[in-house]
Amino acid sequence: MPETFDQKIATTLADSRLQTAIYTATNRLISHRKAVVSADALPDYQELRTQANAVKAHTIENLDWYLEEFERNVLDHGGHVHCCRSAADVADVVLEIAKRRGARMIVKSKSMTTEEVDLNERLEHHGLQSVESDFGEYIIQLMHTRPYHIVAPALHLTRYDVADLFERALGVPNDPVIENQCRTARGVLREKFLEADIGISGANFLIADSGAVTIVENEGNARLSTSAPKVHIAVAGIEKLIPRAQDLGTFLKLLGRSATGQPLTVYTSFLAGPKRSGEVDGPEEFHVVLLDGGRTKLLADPEKRESLYCIRCGACLNHCPVYRKIGGHSFPWVYSGPIGAILTPQFVGVENAPQLPFASSLCGACAEVCPVKIDIPKILLELRAEVKTAEKQNGENQLERAAFSAFAYMAVRPKLWARALGFGRKLPIPPVGPVAAWLSEREMPKLPAKSFRELWKQRKSA
Amino acid sequence: MPSRVSIFVTCIVDQLFPEAGMAMATVLERLGFAVDFPGSQTCCGQPAFNSGYLDEARAVAGHTLKTLADCEYVVVPSGSCTAMMSHHYEELFEAGSPENALAASLSPRIYEFSRFVTEVAGVEDVGARFDGIATYHDSCHALRELKIKDGPRRLLGNVRGLELREMDTCEECCGFGGTFSVKFAGVSGGMARSKIESILRTGASTVVSIDSSCLMQLQGAISRAGLPIRTMHLAEVLASR
Repeated sequence: MPETFDQKIATTLADSRLQTAIYTATNRLISHRKAVVSADALPDYQELRTQANAVKAHTIENLDWYLEEFERNVLDHGGHVHCCRSAADVADVVLEIAKRRGARMIVKSKSMTTEEVDLNERLEHHGLQSVESDFGEYIIQLMHTRPYHIVAPALHLTRYDVADLFERALGVPNDPVIENQCRTARGVLREKFLEADIGISGANFLIADSGAVTIVENEGNARLSTSAPKVHIAVAGIEKLIPRAQDLGTFLKLLGRSATGQPLTVYTSFLAGPKRSGEVDGPEEFHVVLLDGGRTKLLADPEKRESLYCIRCGACLNHCPVYRKIGGHSFPWVYSGPIGAILTPQFVGVENAPQLPFASSLCGACAEVCPVKIDIPKILLELRAEVKTAEKQNGENQLERAAFSAFAYMAVRPKLWARALGFGRKLPIPPVGPVAAWLSEREMPKLPAKSFRELWKQRKSA
Repeated sequence: MPSRVSIFVTCIVDQLFPEAGMAMATVLERLGFAVDFPGSQTCCGQPAFNSGYLDEARAVAGHTLKTLADCEYVVVPSGSCTAMMSHHYEELFEAGSPENALAASLSPRIYEFSRFVTEVAGVEDVGARFDGIATYHDSCHALRELKIKDGPRRLLGNVRGLELREMDTCEECCGFGGTFSVKFAGVSGGMARSKIESILRTGASTVVSIDSSCLMQLQGAISRAGLPIRTMHLAEVLASR
């Protein structure tokens, strides 16, 4: 039986090596970001956030228009656009192209959207080899696991873990030097780039007025994946659109800074269509696969549709004190951390992830660092209310509901409230339920002999 | 400037930390305010609101709105409860409803204690004396919803005998989070321990906050660890002579 959410959390909390790895990595990302969004480094940081939020709000509200404009422009460049309702459709599109081209080997650059659709597994099931070319994703693929973090997939591993993995999986000597590990991976991957029939990438932005796909990265693997093979397929969620090329500056300034603390990532690629006649580089075929995968359902919800503004920078994960304790693999779906806590219930249904919206102290650190100003705590609260509505309909969690009914009943009857709590304070507290949970980590506060209202009354009459 | 203020002491101060409420009243009286305690107050309703029980939260909010309807100024010894009342009450009631109007009228009249002292009373030195090294914990809702950051520090900075030392993670959550603290006790306790490590690095013997709920969480974990650190509400420090 797979581990439950609570069990995964307990396992992660108990693993001190893992805790150290998560803290070390997120601390580094936090301090790097802080340095480049400071008022000295970027005086208009807050204005950029406001602008990015406004552009995303406008785009999401007019998505049908921009999707059509994007498609027209991609076709004009000689590319193809495939619209997919579900995850399985994405795999079908890729398989069909692979079949037509007689393809056997695929290289992939980093894409969370393809994680949503388990693309590698689906392709391998049909006899295709699909190799991740981002260093972190390559490690994750060799481990047969899934990304721990949106931006840093192998964030939870140390170089010693990678040395052991490479020794085991690649048969190379155990070497904890990171540069040597990169060299090893590069040696394997260069061959794959040359061999590959198809390159699959994600997309950071789809630019409607240019029909272009924008990809930011640091390793150059996305550039190779999208230019060396004869076919390039970009897989992206429909929310990745922005209206104009001139909007890109706002987002590029925010994305690298929020994600890794870089003013700009090492490579920023603008890909529009296949190789033109006379051009030396580029693929013969250029496909954009647009995934709905539940996004239009979010689009219909005016209260929570801002969840679609996310540009997958991962800053909310790094700054989340809960993510930093429970890690990425405790989360039940592709996306972890605060953004995962709001996306997962909306994509898979609140009934399938009912604990997730509650796994937050509502501290608001996520919203504070979000470059597109998604009000994550507000959405968590809305999802909590949805969970409780569903529980009520299904007759679940009756004890808790009765407790909150009693709380509200008493709280609107001040005399009963004061009497009941005054009485309750004098009783021995049975160490069960929430009290036991409290005591598992902390001592109880020392109960005062008199409440404030009693002391106040006493003082007034004195 | 008003001559009279009403206090909403919050359920947690009323029942568990009455000395923080008394200290707040003392400081306000020393500043020349007549302090009034509307006796029918109970709870702001945040426990229900944050747990997804919106009908229950609405009922309690409605009661609190009625209780505070005639108060000119309401002062609260909690950033979290203040934020609930000033920021979230309105959204609980439909626009145009009488409760919505009451909530809109309460919002500008309700103040977290340190903000009232520094911004309404205009006082930064309350004449307190407290000997020792203290560190200030930014409670999340005070910091991020009410944008309270410098006021409590200025007040502490003027306390004679008190040395204020900043934590490297002063803005990180203590891990309380209401029912989160018992629903995810292990995570919550881990967050408290991380915060306590940061407190220990300052060498402070006292942790000060404007929220008793954070202090209950931190004190509970500090006591469990057997550490010689005490927690105090800002009002208690400011009432010290």
